[in-house]
Amino acid sequence: MPEPITDHGGRRTPYGPPGGVERLAAALPGRLRDALPAEIGVGSPWPVRVDTYLDEGVTEADVDVWVQNVSAVQSSGDALDIAVRDGRIVGVRGRGTDRVNHGRIDPRDRHGPSTADGGTRLTRPMIREGGRLVECDWDTAMGRIAGRSKELLDAPGGWGRLGFYTGGRLLLEEHYTLAVIAKAGIATPHADGSTRVGDATAAAALTASFGADGQPGSYTDVDHCDAIALWGQDMAESRVVWERMLDRRLGPRPPAMIAVDPRETQVAKEADVHLPVRSGTNVALMNALLHELIAGNRYDAAYVARHTLGFAELCRVVEAYPPKRAAEICAVPAALIEQAAEILGSCERLVSTVLPGFYRSNQATAAACQVNNLHLLRGMLGRPGAGLFQMTGRPAGQHARETGASGELPGMRNWENPDHVRELAELWNVDLAAIPHWGPPTHAMQIFRYAEQGSIRLLWISAADPVVSLPHADRVRKVLGSEELFLVVQDLYLTETARLADVVLPAAGWGEKPGTVTGADRTVHLCEQAVEPPGEARADLDIFLDYARRMEFRDRDGAPLIGWHDAESAFEAWKACSKGRPCDCTGITYDRLRGGSGVQWPCTPSTGHGAERLYAGGRFATDPGVCQSFGHDLATGAEWGAECYCAKEPHGRAFLHAAHYEPSSEAIGDGRPLYWDPVSKQPIYIVAAYSVATVPVTLDAVPDTETIEVGGAGGGAEADGVVPVEVSQRLEEV
Amino acid sequence: MHLAHYLRLLHRSQTALAEAFREIRRGHPHEPDMYGVCERLAVQCRDQARWLEPFVRRYEPWTSPSPEPERLHQPLFAGTRPGGLGLLRDLHDLYLLATECDIACAMIAQGAQGARDDELLDVVRRCGGELAVQLLWLRTRMRHAAPQALVVAS
Repeated sequence: MPEPITDHGGRRTPYGPPGGVERLAAALPGRLRDALPAEIGVGSPWPVRVDTYLDEGVTEADVDVWVQNVSAVQSSGDALDIAVRDGRIVGVRGRGTDRVNHGRIDPRDRHGPSTADGGTRLTRPMIREGGRLVECDWDTAMGRIAGRSKELLDAPGGWGRLGFYTGGRLLLEEHYTLAVIAKAGIATPHADGSTRVGDATAAAALTASFGADGQPGSYTDVDHCDAIALWGQDMAESRVVWERMLDRRLGPRPPAMIAVDPRETQVAKEADVHLPVRSGTNVALMNALLHELIAGNRYDAAYVARHTLGFAELCRVVEAYPPKRAAEICAVPAALIEQAAEILGSCERLVSTVLPGFYRSNQATAAACQVNNLHLLRGMLGRPGAGLFQMTGRPAGQHARETGASGELPGMRNWENPDHVRELAELWNVDLAAIPHWGPPTHAMQIFRYAEQGSIRLLWISAADPVVSLPHADRVRKVLGSEELFLVVQDLYLTETARLADVVLPAAGWGEKPGTVTGADRTVHLCEQAVEPPGEARADLDIFLDYARRMEFRDRDGAPLIGWHDAESAFEAWKACSKGRPCDCTGITYDRLRGGSGVQWPCTPSTGHGAERLYAGGRFATDPGVCQSFGHDLATGAEWGAECYCAKEPHGRAFLHAAHYEPSSEAIGDGRPLYWDPVSKQPIYIVAAYSVATVPVTLDAVPDTETIEVGGAGGGAEADGVVPVEVSQRLEEV
Repeated sequence: MHLAHYLRLLHRSQTALAEAFREIRRGHPHEPDMYGVCERLAVQCRDQARWLEPFVRRYEPWTSPSPEPERLHQPLFAGTRPGGLGLLRDLHDLYLLATECDIACAMIAQGAQGARDDELLDVVRRCGGELAVQLLWLRTRMRHAAPQALVVAS
């Protein structure tokens, strides 16, 4: 993968920050900004640069039609148009009018995800007959799934015999429909997604600190900021945002830049201060930085007093981390830590991005929470230039989390809050008891564990290939291949997972179906259908709707539980579900998204504009009636529960979560399995070198899997002395 | 004075709990999230037991020889059981064992106040704080496991 610096070397578009007047204007709500003169009221000074990638031999004149869509290779939500010629995708062009990317796209968008994988597309459903997969028609395939589902649901506890695992290709409408099928149709808590190994930590850290998921910042904060901190940055996962930062760096009054990464990456070379911390020691570094801010009195005492909880405990913990001690733990010079603290303590507008270098490392949620703490201590939230991004990896990650397809209840609701469950019961017109809220949602690895133990008998995997992407790969393969498990796989290709299935459903890919996507800064974008799916392949939404019809899911009055029939009506249903929640989308319509720019949530009909930044004025989503979770102990994942949470009297204040650095318990040779972050349940792939230094490791068996690639890209597997460990291999030692 | 008996009781229970956390981790190696936490809690329990040792020595000379601490001590956890229900029962046993530690801590805290021993009070309060989180974790993990184990699994 070429680095973007060389990739777009001659095409930089340097720019400077807007003036004070524009910055004041940017802090106003959208409808007030509309009343201002256009030159100060709207927009961003980042120049438009429309990137176009067309197939060889094709020119813009050859294109029949450009169809609005969004990047499917990364999570930032880069708007683009798909070039169609003779019913085929022949290229892409960035949308210059869009607030997120101003026309830029990732070179990988050229191929989209559908064709990037190569291979032959699935065009007909398949069922297993006599041990072999054979083609069949849709009626046979869907009939078989519905038949088996009904059989399993027939006995007491039937809900617990079905599970769903979904992935990054589905659109918002499809994820919401899947969530309703799982949570109200089947009424099972066993629904999760590949977000568990992607952005579960981002969601967990945001919820822990601010009460609910959702990025507080806006990409326009990069325009206004005077310092940028990149915590575990990985360019490939946020390329267009990175370009925006580079453009600021080359323009007048550039922001200072800090990078934390064990590797000498392009990001690290660009930064003014690069902290090549020893892998797995992020919490120690963060504590030292917070220590410097507090000891040097360089925090916003008034903001902390008014808008946060837990300051005394945070002081007590970080007191033990003067730069000298952190320097020993992290293997970086204390002077570098002091330099970084100087920048963080003196800047006026700070943008932070947290990326997999933090998420896939030791103490993941705790480390990510310390970045939240930094922004809280300095009051760096909710105003232009003060932005925080707990970035996510997959295009569908954000809306999978919002809609409840990846574990949580839809609309960022709290399963422990009876009022939230009642809201859903009323919305769907079903009994309260039908919604699984008697226990926490089942996380992905637990779903596979139940399948292994034989209590989950039907597993429906959509748009994911867990055999190659989950840790413990050979065990996952064994589980999915077992005779007892009825496996449904819905995908574009005959993946490794699909080969084990009892029913394979051919799905439509990128550009082949309509719907919406929520990007990392809460921008909702519209995807229009550009081309027809191949053969008999169907949109995932149509597959789920067909299943719901066959299962005859009913509400309390006997009407169909799922009353929508296409993407737009599904979006309207989602809007009703999001109403009153932090991710309120009631002001967004397909018409509004068509033609112009994406719109950020929350967006209600009365505002007309999405809210650019969350938590302006230091009011957080932590009231017990609002919050998405009553919180966890960061070290063990123990749930605090409603009583304990209410006793803290959060009153809309944010939580400063303190955590001591703890060396990774990970090591090998002692039959120790993979380490898990206790709160987000995200598997941690990266092993700190010093904890395994005494154990000889052979790496020749490391397979070329997504797991290892992703882990390597994120946290420093290539750094000196850092050893990626193939996890499934080690399971056998247990 | 019987403070040393109670301290020994707590010491034993904490040592047993540390071993039980290790054993449950070894006994259920395929549970995806148990390893890190159980190992951590085992270390915590062992450290707690160590903090108590000087106080056992401190109060030994004043403590009358009976009743036998062995008679006070009931083993609550005797090895792991397989499967989903087995895991639930094992966690349940650990919960009871942790409760025993917790209540012993509370009694000793009172005793420490009576003996005007601030040092001991400080130690058992720290133990009590950690035990509270251990109990919460056990309860959380059981709540995860219970519906599937009790209603669904055959």
